[in-house]
Amino acid sequence: MAAVLPTRRDNPFDPPPELADEERPLRRLAFPDGHTGWLVTGHALARAVLADVRFSNRLELRRQVVRRTETDAIRAGRPAPPGMFIGMDPPHHTRYRRLLTGQFTVRRMNRLRPRVEQIVGEHLDAMEQAGPPVDLVSAFALPIPSLVICELLGVPYADRERFQHDSAVLLSLGATVEAANAALASLTGYLAALVERKREEPADDLLSGLIEGGELTGDELTGIALLLLVAGHETTANMLGLGTFALLTHPDQADALRSGRVDEDAAVEELLRWLSVIQFGTTRTAAEDVELGGELIRAGESVAISLPAANRDPERFAAPGTLDLGTDAHGHLAFGHGVHQCLGQQLARIEMRVAYGPCSGGSPRCAWQRHRRRCPFATTCPSTGCTAFRWSGREER
Amino acid sequence: MIEADRDICIGAGMCALTAPEVFDQDDDGIVVTLTEQPGPEATDAVREAVQLCPAGALKLAGS
Repeated sequence: MAAVLPTRRDNPFDPPPELADEERPLRRLAFPDGHTGWLVTGHALARAVLADVRFSNRLELRRQVVRRTETDAIRAGRPAPPGMFIGMDPPHHTRYRRLLTGQFTVRRMNRLRPRVEQIVGEHLDAMEQAGPPVDLVSAFALPIPSLVICELLGVPYADRERFQHDSAVLLSLGATVEAANAALASLTGYLAALVERKREEPADDLLSGLIEGGELTGDELTGIALLLLVAGHETTANMLGLGTFALLTHPDQADALRSGRVDEDAAVEELLRWLSVIQFGTTRTAAEDVELGGELIRAGESVAISLPAANRDPERFAAPGTLDLGTDAHGHLAFGHGVHQCLGQQLARIEMRVAYGPCSGGSPRCAWQRHRRRCPFATTCPSTGCTAFRWSGREER
Repeated sequence: MIEADRDICIGAGMCALTAPEVFDQDDDGIVVTLTEQPGPEATDAVREAVQLCPAGALKLAGS
């Protein structure tokens, strides 16, 4: 009898202890729908599955790995809606992704850095003006990536309450089917209207550029906007919140970052590896029989890939359970691997590089109090993070 | 000698991030090789970029 996926964490940083099993990087897993599939926890096998197009990511084949609310469309096993390319395989996936990759290059994202610095600075100013206590999640970690992705896409930031609410409902495990359907309909309706408005009045933003390109229908544009908007803020917000908390609880590491003893870029990679906020939900389904790690994965069987476990594989990383910002964390799978590797990863990197500096005390305006050792954290979302985090004010140095 | 397959590149940018002296991305985000014979100082970064490429689009000839 295969076990179900362990999801209970002892603390915000470490994956569930039962996940790690060096002897068995590939083992059987019971899915909530009764299917017996597979769980990959080893780094090399995770890479192999994610890079192998015989393991499909088509939405109609996807099985949820934990019991969660699904919209009617997903429950019915329908194909991904137009533009929702994360739920498609090549060549359909390729067509959409190719239209977008030029917008997220390393060079373009580097050019955004001054604007991201400005946004981070404005939020720190507002926090100082408001005075303590401030909730770090609602005042810093969530609004920064939300504002950045809104500006990039051309979504009015003033509408954030609506899309943040809808996207939170869509991602939560506990919402009712009715609520999830309503949130999806609301967000889709909002973005479809926005696309039509941009057709009339184009601006200098990604959506207007895609409309101008003329290759995409209104439904496709809406699907792309929905995917980028939701993916663009939730995960980065969790990395900013949880990463800041990690720096606060590891003052030696924060010191190393502040003093420049460790490189900003390397620090971000190590935080990505160690935190791996996409805690579950990365699954593939074998489109044909595939031999993997000495086992035969039969066509139709689902494989869940645990990114947090793979990123703590001792075969790949020395001392994987320790946060060491000076270590070489390259090759981590926090952004996934294969053709679906995160489209917005270079944007996320810029946001983290800019935001962690002040959080580690790099800015004289904002040295964080270090006595806080606890924060409430989410264990029940595909992407884990702090749910609230009180900033108690500036620490004089 | 580096071989970059622009047809299977997915524009993730890992190569341009890892070995910016050797790799860049064009306006569509697709890999561009700046030099096919990088100097010995770039060898480690190039090997790393090849290994990191999520699409398997990079190869070192003779490897």
